[in-house]
Amino acid sequence: MDTVADKVALRRAAQGHFSTWRIDTPFQPRLAELSRTDDWYSWAGYRAPHSLWDEELEYFAIRSQAALFDISPMTKYRVEGPDAEAFLNRLTLRDVSKLKPGRVHYTAWCDDEGFVLDDGTLFRLSADRFRLCCQERHLPWLLDSAVGFEVSVEEETEQVAGLALQGPTSFAVLREAGFAGVEKLKVFDLAEFDHEGGKVVISRTGFTGDLGYELFVERDLALSLWDRLVKAGELRGVRAIGYTALNRARTEAGLIVANADFVTSEHAIRANRLRMPDEIGLGFMVDATKGHFNGRRAILEARARGKLRHVLVGLEIEGNVPAEHAIVYHKKHKEVGLVSAALWSPMAKKNIALASLERPFGDTITDDLWVEIYAMRELQYQKLMKRAKVVQRPFIKLDRRTANPPADF
Amino acid sequence: MKSWDAIIIGGGHNGLVNACYLQRAGLEVLVVEKNGWVGGAATSRELTPGFAYSNCSYVCSLFRPEIMRDLELPRFGLQVISYEGGAVLTRDGDYLANYRDHDAHRREFARFSKRDAEAYDRYARDVTRQCRFIQPLLMRTAPDPTSLKPRDLGELVYLARKFGELSAAEISLMLRFWTMSISDFLDEYFETDVIKANFAISGIIGTALGPMSPGTAYVLLHHYMGEVDGSVGAWGYARGGMGAVTKALAASFEASGGTIRTGAEVERVLVKGGKAKGIVLAGGEEIYGKVVVSNADVKRTFLKLVEDKDLPDVFLRRVRNFKIRGSSGKVNIALDSLPEFPALPKNSPCYRGDLHFTDTVERMERAYDDWKAGRWSADPFLDMMIPTTLDPTMTAPGKHFMSCFVQYAPPKIEGRDWTDADRDGFAESVISQIADYSPGFRDRIVHMEVRTPRELEAEVGLTEGNIFQGELTFDQLLFNRPVPGYAQYRSPIGGLYICGSSTHPGGGVMGAPGRNAAAEILRDLAKPRLHMSPAHDII
Repeated sequence: MDTVADKVALRRAAQGHFSTWRIDTPFQPRLAELSRTDDWYSWAGYRAPHSLWDEELEYFAIRSQAALFDISPMTKYRVEGPDAEAFLNRLTLRDVSKLKPGRVHYTAWCDDEGFVLDDGTLFRLSADRFRLCCQERHLPWLLDSAVGFEVSVEEETEQVAGLALQGPTSFAVLREAGFAGVEKLKVFDLAEFDHEGGKVVISRTGFTGDLGYELFVERDLALSLWDRLVKAGELRGVRAIGYTALNRARTEAGLIVANADFVTSEHAIRANRLRMPDEIGLGFMVDATKGHFNGRRAILEARARGKLRHVLVGLEIEGNVPAEHAIVYHKKHKEVGLVSAALWSPMAKKNIALASLERPFGDTITDDLWVEIYAMRELQYQKLMKRAKVVQRPFIKLDRRTANPPADF
Repeated sequence: MKSWDAIIIGGGHNGLVNACYLQRAGLEVLVVEKNGWVGGAATSRELTPGFAYSNCSYVCSLFRPEIMRDLELPRFGLQVISYEGGAVLTRDGDYLANYRDHDAHRREFARFSKRDAEAYDRYARDVTRQCRFIQPLLMRTAPDPTSLKPRDLGELVYLARKFGELSAAEISLMLRFWTMSISDFLDEYFETDVIKANFAISGIIGTALGPMSPGTAYVLLHHYMGEVDGSVGAWGYARGGMGAVTKALAASFEASGGTIRTGAEVERVLVKGGKAKGIVLAGGEEIYGKVVVSNADVKRTFLKLVEDKDLPDVFLRRVRNFKIRGSSGKVNIALDSLPEFPALPKNSPCYRGDLHFTDTVERMERAYDDWKAGRWSADPFLDMMIPTTLDPTMTAPGKHFMSCFVQYAPPKIEGRDWTDADRDGFAESVISQIADYSPGFRDRIVHMEVRTPRELEAEVGLTEGNIFQGELTFDQLLFNRPVPGYAQYRSPIGGLYICGSSTHPGGGVMGAPGRNAAAEILRDLAKPRLHMSPAHDII
């Protein structure tokens, strides 16, 4: 077989991608049918819905029923081999040896100077097989880090379709769909289930702070999986949603988004935008006892020398006007930071925000903080100076998220 | 007898920028140009009826927006249109495209290598960081590091402070950028031949160095630090061809009261008692001026227009040693119809961008080997574009103008002058390369202009045909451009200034040398400079 000619033929077969700048996820036929708003955006080059029918109501579908959200554009890497655990331990902040097969953890990884390259979820599918999901692209970094380890790293974003099923009735939908044994999944558990002669990986994870699951399947089985869930959820109020609704839910859950709440180090043009884990609320991940990992020395040195310059905090703000991208002040005068996400939380009935502050503000000095909100109302800015209080994240804590067995609505 | 406040030798873009700023400061300024038209290397010429040719420079990105605005160039017709990317056609019948859309760009690279596709972000970040460091220096006079003048010290402090803001990693990256070959630099990011070749292009254009020669990484930066209306790194077509730039400059100059004389070749600068007093034209006519500014390159200015006896030895030696080696030529073609490239889909946006056929860095280096041996490249590197796919003003509908920048072409053929037969052989190397990828190409040709370094020197006035008026290697940049001690647009002769691309910050249709020189002249004359905008902020 002429492998060079085969390679060229494969390459040429893929030429036509330029005919659309936005490619479709495997679920696009269903999304297109459901979309009444025709409100699309680009998520890493995929056409993705901002909203499908009504962004307010889509949010309430997450909190009251079950919401289906297409997460296929998320970057996915398959990490496999006898040294997979050791490699990932070297790469990421948390102790991967503590992550048992059938478990998921939220983690992050850093460059040599300890600056965060990305955060993401690590799925341990078996003893020597993992899936790493994240926002940005890291193949060169992963491959270079893998030198010396017996491990293979493959990018599988397009091959694997992903769905998030989130909300109080999500468990009931899965059970109704016939995924026997799904009730055994505790938070951050995963298991494989049969679907149409193939396998679907279901994990009790999500980005909403609610009861919820994520499902990964080969792209060929994507539509049948969607249909199976929608059919099963007919009486459970299952609804497809877009990103705006999800973004509200994740802010209530206090979760951060790469390149929205912080700038990842391979994208930061300006050196002062780089962030260490402790500066974006991910310090808890750093396991200084597990042995060497990338960025360890720099992070520990910054801690020891008090060189951490920023801190990411949750804020509760007076009034009900969302403080999106507002400047944060100390004593109404000294500029100390910026809000990166904000909304009136329907679940907490509070005006909440995520903000990055310059230490010591938000760290040791937390009183007398203010945000300046520019609210555009009928072509005029209403300038509001509102008191802000540093509060714990998440802003809402729902018992149903962790309840075992999960509630059956 | 009339004495002008300033006489500018040469009506290229930098000469005209300089003239505009001086005239607008209230000086009475004369521009003398040897050709029957202004423009220098930025011209649009109708060489065959119905076809406007950008027959020297052919794309626009570096021209400073501050200058366009100060001199009201849009009012005088200047419009620059961003174009859509481009492609390298590969010998295996495929191509690698550059798309403006970030994700489409990544997917295109992934056809060749998933790794390289995902390496692009880091590459782009590193290049952007370096450009941001250098960009603010473009519109400032380089400080003299040996001077104790408060201004030079101030500028040195500015440089040092900028340097001090960099992290250790950024400083090491910067030193690598300034010294490495583009080939070595790209090896640190990418693994695929055609992807490296795609980026290496910007490291060799206009330079008598190969992609494996140290110093070419900086040349790449030089091509990245322009913009089209805020889109940094983007390149565009001047509507109406590159002559639109100088046409607008000339119109702006004349509207502010300036005078242009074309068809007036300068024979020498009049020097009396170490001071420039004016110029002598080829016919013997003397024109007097208080200040003389040369837009010609540093060699032409000081080795041809000024007598050796008026210049210090060391200065003369350095001018002689200034590297200004011709490396490129142009083949400009009028086409009856749009050429087809079967490898490129008919609806590809690449037809509207830059096209290339050199699909490995190795091939570029081999092309350079021919240059070293004193021959034009048997397998040349082409930077080819068809601006009429976006600009309807240059030809009739359906007809096209194609610009081919060709590298390498030596200033002399094995030590002797170019002949017409050489020129034809050079042209054939280009046409046959295009025809290999575009069947029927020869039949579409209506008219063709071939410019080797011989023509570029004779017709445009660029010594050895070097498009940058001197190579952009680090030994010839900043306070060493063109020569140490004379990097601030002045010369050993009082009242004689230089304002061309031989000076900081160098070549390309940028206008910054002309503008910076005007600032120095006005400073010397104690004239106001309020009409000169400072460099735009880099935020």
